[in-house]
Amino acid sequence: MSDVILRIDHLVKSFGGVQATDDVCLDVQRNETHAIIGPNGAGKTTLISQLSGGLKPDSGSIIFNDQDITNLPVQKRCRLGLARSFQITSLVMSMTVLDNVALAVQAQDGHSFRFWKPARSISKLRGPAMDILADANLQKKADTVVSALSHGERRQIEIAVALATNPQLMLLDEPMAGMGPSESASMVEMLKSLNGTKSILLIEHDMDAVFTLADRISVLVYGRIIATGSPQDIRENQNVRRAYLGET
Amino acid sequence: MMVQFLKNRALTFIVLGLLGTVPLLMFWSGSDYLSLATKLVCLCIAATSLNLILGYGGMVSFGHAVFFGIGAYAVGIPAYHSVYGGMDLIATSNGFFHIGFAIVLAALFALITGAISLRTKGIHFIMITLAFSQMMFYFLLSLDTYGGDDGLTIDERSQLPFISLDNSVHMFLLSFGALLICLYMVHRIVNSRFGLVLQGAKDNEERMAAIGYNTFAYRLTAYVISGAMCGLAGALFANSESFVFPELIDWTRSGELIFMVILGGGGTIIGPVIGGIVFIVLEDVLSRFTIYWHLPFGIMLILAVLLGRTGIANWFKSDGAIKKPAEGNHE
Repeated sequence: MSDVILRIDHLVKSFGGVQATDDVCLDVQRNETHAIIGPNGAGKTTLISQLSGGLKPDSGSIIFNDQDITNLPVQKRCRLGLARSFQITSLVMSMTVLDNVALAVQAQDGHSFRFWKPARSISKLRGPAMDILADANLQKKADTVVSALSHGERRQIEIAVALATNPQLMLLDEPMAGMGPSESASMVEMLKSLNGTKSILLIEHDMDAVFTLADRISVLVYGRIIATGSPQDIRENQNVRRAYLGET
Repeated sequence: MMVQFLKNRALTFIVLGLLGTVPLLMFWSGSDYLSLATKLVCLCIAATSLNLILGYGGMVSFGHAVFFGIGAYAVGIPAYHSVYGGMDLIATSNGFFHIGFAIVLAALFALITGAISLRTKGIHFIMITLAFSQMMFYFLLSLDTYGGDDGLTIDERSQLPFISLDNSVHMFLLSFGALLICLYMVHRIVNSRFGLVLQGAKDNEERMAAIGYNTFAYRLTAYVISGAMCGLAGALFANSESFVFPELIDWTRSGELIFMVILGGGGTIIGPVIGGIVFIVLEDVLSRFTIYWHLPFGIMLILAVLLGRTGIANWFKSDGAIKKPAEGNHE
C-alpha cells in the first residue's frame, strides 16, 4: 500500500455555468491531517460531497487506497473506510447518543438482517461504542436523546459516529461550525487526539483550529487549488494572502 | 425510564387482557359480539403490520389494504375451487395451505411493488402505493368467476386440525392468538439490529447511508414482512366473515388502517391495537344512533388526532417521555 490514502485527479464539477470544482488535484497522505480552506463559495462542500459519494463529478477520478471509487455509492465507500461528518449536524435525532454510535459500530459488524436478538443488549456493539464515547469524554451523555443535546455536543457525537465506523479516512466538513469558543476548544482537543493515527481531510473556517491541527493545507478559491503546503508555507504564500487572507 | 417502561408494558397487558376476555365473557353471557370482535382482531393485525413500516419505518403506505385483500382472496379462491372444482393446483380446503398461500402471495406482491415504490419518497410513495392497491382493486372487480364486485361467498372455511373455524369461539381465539404472535414479532423486530436500522433510516436516511447501510434493502425487507403479516390478517378475516369482496382493498380501507395506527400511536407496540379498538367500537356505537354516523365519527376522529397528536398509547407515558418530533431542534 502506498503512503497516499486518497488521490484526487483532475476533478471537475459544474452546476450550470458555475465551475464549483475546477480541475482539482490533491492527495492525502496516510495519517496526516490535510485541511482545505477557502472563502465562502469556493466549492469546499461540493468537493467533499464528491469524495463521500453524494455528488457525481463531471470528470476526473478519485482514488482511495489504490482503488478507483469515483462511481461507487455512499454506503460502499463507507464500507471501504471513508467516513464523513456533515456540515449541518446529521444524527438520528430521536435516538440516544449511545444508540447513534452503536449503529455505526453495528454497520461494521456484518449485515443487519438480524431480526430477533435485542440489539441494545449486544455487548460487542455497545462496548466499543461506549469506549469511543469515553475517549471523547462523552460517556455521561450516553443515554441522552440526541435532540436534547447542545449544538457543540452534537458536533462531537458526529465525530464519534464517524470514528465508530472505523474509518481509514475521515472527511470532516466544518466540524467547528457554529460553535462557541469553549466548544471549539474541546473539539480541537478531540481532533488533536486523532493526529497521527487517523487520516483526516478537514474543511474548516476557523483558522486558529486549522493552523493548530493541519499537517498540510490546501487553499481552494473559485473551485481551484491555488496552493498546497505546510501551515508555515501557506501563511507566507503571497497568492494565498492576496486571495484569501484579505491582504493586498 | 423504568417507570415509563412499566407503564407501557402494563398498558399493553391490560389492553390485550381486555381484548382477549371481554368478547368471550359477553358471548357466554348471551350478547354476541364475537364476530365483531374477531373482525376487530383481524384489523388490529393489519394495523400492527402497517405500524412496522409506518410507525417504525416512516413509510406511509396508502395502499396497505391490498395485502389484506390478497390474503382474503387467497382463502376465498382455493375454497371456491375446492367446492366447485377446477384449478386443481390450488383447489383445497386445507387451512395450512390457505394461510401459507395468503402469506406468500402478500409477501410476493409486497416484494414486487415495494421494489418499485420504495424508490420514491414522501407524497410520491403515498401515491404509488395507492396506485398499486387500486390496480388490484379493479383487477378483482373484473374477475367474474369470483363474483366480481358482488364478492365471493366462502362455502367451506379453512380446515385445521383440532379446531373448527365454524365455531365462533375457536375462530376468535385463533385470530387473537395470531394477533399476540404478530405483536410479539413486531416487538422483537423493532428492538433487533434490523429494527434499529429501520428506525434510524426513518429519522435520518442520509446518515444511515453515510455510516454504511443500504437503507433501501432494509426498508424493502420491512415492507415484505409487513405485507405478509397483513396477508395473514386477511386470511383470518375471510374465514371469520366467510365472504370476500373487492372493497376490502378499497383505498378507504387503507386510510382506516393508517388512522388506527396514528390514532393509537404509531411507533408503539400496542398503539395500533388501541386505535383499532377505538375505531371499531366508535363505528359500531355511533351507527346504532343514526344512519348519518359518518359525520360525528369523522369529527371525533379529527378531534382525537388533533388533541392526542402522538397517539393514545403515548398518553399514558410520563410527561418527559413523550416522544419529541424527530426533526426538532431543541437547544
